[in-house]
Amino acid sequence: MYTDCILGKDYFYQVIEKIAGLIEEKRDYLTELDAAIGDADHGFNLSIGFREVLKKMPEWKDKDIKGFFRSVGMTLLGKVGGAAGPLYGSFFMKFGEPGSGKDEVTFQELFEMFKQGVEAVEQRGKAILGEKTMVDALRPALNAFEKAMKENLEAKQVMEAFVDAARQGAEATIDMIAKKGRAMRLGERSRGHLDPGAASSTMILEVFLDCFPF
Amino acid sequence: MVGIVLVSHSKMMAEGAKEIITQMIGDKVKIEAAAGTSDNRLGTDAFLIEQKVLEVFDGDGVLIIPDLGSAVMSAEMAIENLEEPARSKTYLVDSPFFEGAIAAAMEASFGKSLEEVKKAAENTRGMNKIA
Repeated sequence: MYTDCILGKDYFYQVIEKIAGLIEEKRDYLTELDAAIGDADHGFNLSIGFREVLKKMPEWKDKDIKGFFRSVGMTLLGKVGGAAGPLYGSFFMKFGEPGSGKDEVTFQELFEMFKQGVEAVEQRGKAILGEKTMVDALRPALNAFEKAMKENLEAKQVMEAFVDAARQGAEATIDMIAKKGRAMRLGERSRGHLDPGAASSTMILEVFLDCFPF
Repeated sequence: MVGIVLVSHSKMMAEGAKEIITQMIGDKVKIEAAAGTSDNRLGTDAFLIEQKVLEVFDGDGVLIIPDLGSAVMSAEMAIENLEEPARSKTYLVDSPFFEGAIAAAMEASFGKSLEEVKKAAENTRGMNKIA
């Protein structure tokens, strides 16, 4: 299964370029979400991080997949400033690990990349499901990926299940009371708002599906 | 001497805390501010924290005092990026920012160990300001 589904560096470059464009486009929307329950900087901070990524990307052309994503992660870590810096920084740094020494990965390896990335976010933020964070989008997405793969769905369908689960997970944060970050201080008042981290995480995963070549 | 790194979202806040502490305890205390982003926004920067830790590290250890939120995550990443011997001798403390910083700087200036300096900062939790 999935033997023909090989993902090259060009796929990952395209994904990162597109994420950068999308973050720019949705910058004000993400910042508005954050203004409701956080510190109103999520979209703005991310756009500063991804602008720097776009600027430096041409220098990373010769790196393997691990090196490329390590550079993406380090750049976000150094530039973003808010909580999204260490969180997405950790995500992308770990995401690339299974691509060590490689210019292309298998579909199973892509799953392994997401697994390492999601686990890195969980460890960095010390967050679990139900705390109104990006984990509420990322964890269900990863679980759906694994389940769909076990059911032998086609690669494209696996990616669709992955993104659907992220969307549903993000949607579910609306009814949650925040247990992490600044929103935690709002207690009950944090209910009724979509979590900005879950929203941006879902957008990022959607790009992996949009660019998916199979 | 144990060094201290103040990690804040605001450069003004961390530099201000450093200014008061240096005046109270004297400029022999090794204290640095790692605050704000490289483009002067509010925020924290793991690489700046790492750099400041190395500036105050003389072998005795470094205590990092974060203000809140992402300062903690950035400090954790800075510690993970460090190499030995600094890495295992750099601690992050959960204490009030300013009170913790003064208590830690005081102990450090007496030549106390990293554990003692950290304990002094932690002991400021719930401290009374008005008798």
